[in-house]
Amino acid sequence: MPMRILIIEDDREAASYLVKAFREAGYVADHAADGLDGYAMAESGDYDVLVVDRMLPKLDGLSLIRSLREQKVETPVLILSALGQVDDRVKGLRAGGDDYLPKPYAFSELLARVDVLSRRRSSGGSAEPTIYRIADLELDRLSHRVTRSGREIVLQPREFRLLEYLMKNAGQVVTRTMLLEHVWDYHFDPQTNVIDVHVSRLRAKVDKGFDRPLIHTIRGAGYTVRVGQEGARGDDE
Amino acid sequence: MTSSAAMSWRAGRPMSALGKLVRTTAFKLSFAYLLVFTVFAFGTLSYVAWNARRVLDDQFISTIQAEITGLSDVYRTGGIRRLVTIVDRRSRMPGASLYLVTTDTGERIAGNVGALPAGIIDRPGQYETDYARTEEANAPTGHAIVRVYMLPGGFRLMVGRDVEERARLREVIQRAFGYSIILIGVLGCAGGWFITRRVLKRVDDMTETTRTIMDGDLNGRLRVVGTGDELDRLAQNLNAMLDRIGELMVGMKEVSDNIAHDLKTPLTRLRNKADEALRSAKTPEELREALEANIEESDNLIRIFNALLMIARLEAGGAREVLADFDAADVVRDVGELYDAVAEDAGVPLTLAVDDDLPVHGNRELLGQAMANLLDNAIKYGAGRGGDRLEGGIELTAAKADGMVRITVADRGPGIPETDRVRVVERFVRLESARSSPGFGLGLSLVSAVARLHGGTFKLEDNAPGLKAVLAIPLKDVPTS
Repeated sequence: MPMRILIIEDDREAASYLVKAFREAGYVADHAADGLDGYAMAESGDYDVLVVDRMLPKLDGLSLIRSLREQKVETPVLILSALGQVDDRVKGLRAGGDDYLPKPYAFSELLARVDVLSRRRSSGGSAEPTIYRIADLELDRLSHRVTRSGREIVLQPREFRLLEYLMKNAGQVVTRTMLLEHVWDYHFDPQTNVIDVHVSRLRAKVDKGFDRPLIHTIRGAGYTVRVGQEGARGDDE
Repeated sequence: MTSSAAMSWRAGRPMSALGKLVRTTAFKLSFAYLLVFTVFAFGTLSYVAWNARRVLDDQFISTIQAEITGLSDVYRTGGIRRLVTIVDRRSRMPGASLYLVTTDTGERIAGNVGALPAGIIDRPGQYETDYARTEEANAPTGHAIVRVYMLPGGFRLMVGRDVEERARLREVIQRAFGYSIILIGVLGCAGGWFITRRVLKRVDDMTETTRTIMDGDLNGRLRVVGTGDELDRLAQNLNAMLDRIGELMVGMKEVSDNIAHDLKTPLTRLRNKADEALRSAKTPEELREALEANIEESDNLIRIFNALLMIARLEAGGAREVLADFDAADVVRDVGELYDAVAEDAGVPLTLAVDDDLPVHGNRELLGQAMANLLDNAIKYGAGRGGDRLEGGIELTAAKADGMVRITVADRGPGIPETDRVRVVERFVRLESARSSPGFGLGLSLVSAVARLHGGTFKLEDNAPGLKAVLAIPLKDVPTS
């Protein structure tokens, strides 16, 4: 069943671009042009993920999210904001948002984040497995052991967390900023290819010497862990 | 400034010099002091006068009493004849004493008093009365304290003393009071006027200066006399405020100039690339490549925008509401570790020497960003020019020093000449030597803004050779336990 997404955005051009882009990506996308309409549609709870602009006519984005959370509507929300400064992220997340993306953004970044949010929704709160498996790669979250084809791979703690996050979102694209956010817990713009260097070191440990690479670079977007091309979106390098 | 505001302060201006003087605080204070001093002088002099009079009266009365005793002795031993002789003699002596001896019907026998109000001589006792001397019998000429004494045998003896002296004393005191009031008044007014005028002049100076500043001359400064008084302090503070405003204005102007330049350049490039692709791209692949290049260029623009906005926000004092306590050591280690691999690949291995437990109050993300900028710079420029690798890598340290957390990023690269070290921290300043590397010249400005937000400092120093960036932010006060 396709994922349903509601885009609450007052800029018609931006909204139609998003609707089109999400439909192409396989979503069922609806659009609301102001805060009140958006609230009414979101309240039904029919959506897997909401993309909410912060500044909306009639009811602003943060109030909308707060009201939804008060009504026990727990649909994951991604906040889009033109403000995009240090404290705005904190305010957005405090209001009940699940993720935050400053404008302007690359669609690939938005899509990757929405994918992760909507999948979290569909997996429906079932407990995270203690062992992630992709093909012959295995990561044990309790014993912190990683093996491939039964052979142990020794990783630094940060490399372990990097692989853990990639495997947790296996099949999904994760962007460099998402990695910085979840593995390093920072939200700034790293400016250089710091993340790439870390991923390539990880790749050297995990993929080197094996026929099938598992860590793939998605051009213009980020990385993904998966087996071959199935279920893939975007191009392999 | 709106025109109505301009009207109102200009309208308040025409006021007579006297009116202005009277309205000043200094004038009001002087007036109050004048009043207080006058009352005080009056009180003091009244007290002195009252006491002096009492002392004089006591003296008069005891003298009179002594004479009466003496004269009655004379009468007892020498009879009326002897008394008359003595009284006559004494009456003729120059001086103020008054004598009168009468018969029981009040007829004068001897003495120098010619006239007394009726009845006084008939009753013994003490009086204050008008009198006239014998030589000027027609009208009472003086005022005296007298005592009437009944001698045995019906004669009456009166001894008195003129109190002219007392009146003179009162006059002297009254005059003194008058003079002192005048003196106090004149001095008070003069002093008040002087002080008021001095203050007024300085305040007028200030008003004048601030008006020229309001009219747009931001270089004007209030005069500091150097006396260190409250007006001086006020002037100093206002000057400091003006300096800061001036700095901000200059900053704003520079920023807008630089934004115009530094955003127009990539925008033009963006436009030209699109134009070029439209004209010459033949295959879908070429078009796609051009579009991708355009997206990359746009992303750069977005980066510049974000960095600029962040600096502007920090300098405007934003983000203060999301400050929290955290350990700077963690941030330095985290970011150090984040850049570790990149530094190694760039041939400038990173070594960390970070002390434990460096509590600060601030924004962890911003400190992280600042550290990232510093390390990014060190990796870009610390590796030596044109791939010419120098010995040694980047040293990242964090330690406590004088109540601050001192974070240093030191490289062994070509460094920055001393004359440029202050300049590179400014927005959009990129040294010629850095033109070949990507960047926008905003990194160090951001670090500086982050330092300021935390109440700290950011300096570039010589690492001989190389550059040492020193970021110091105040340690959070932790109770010593």
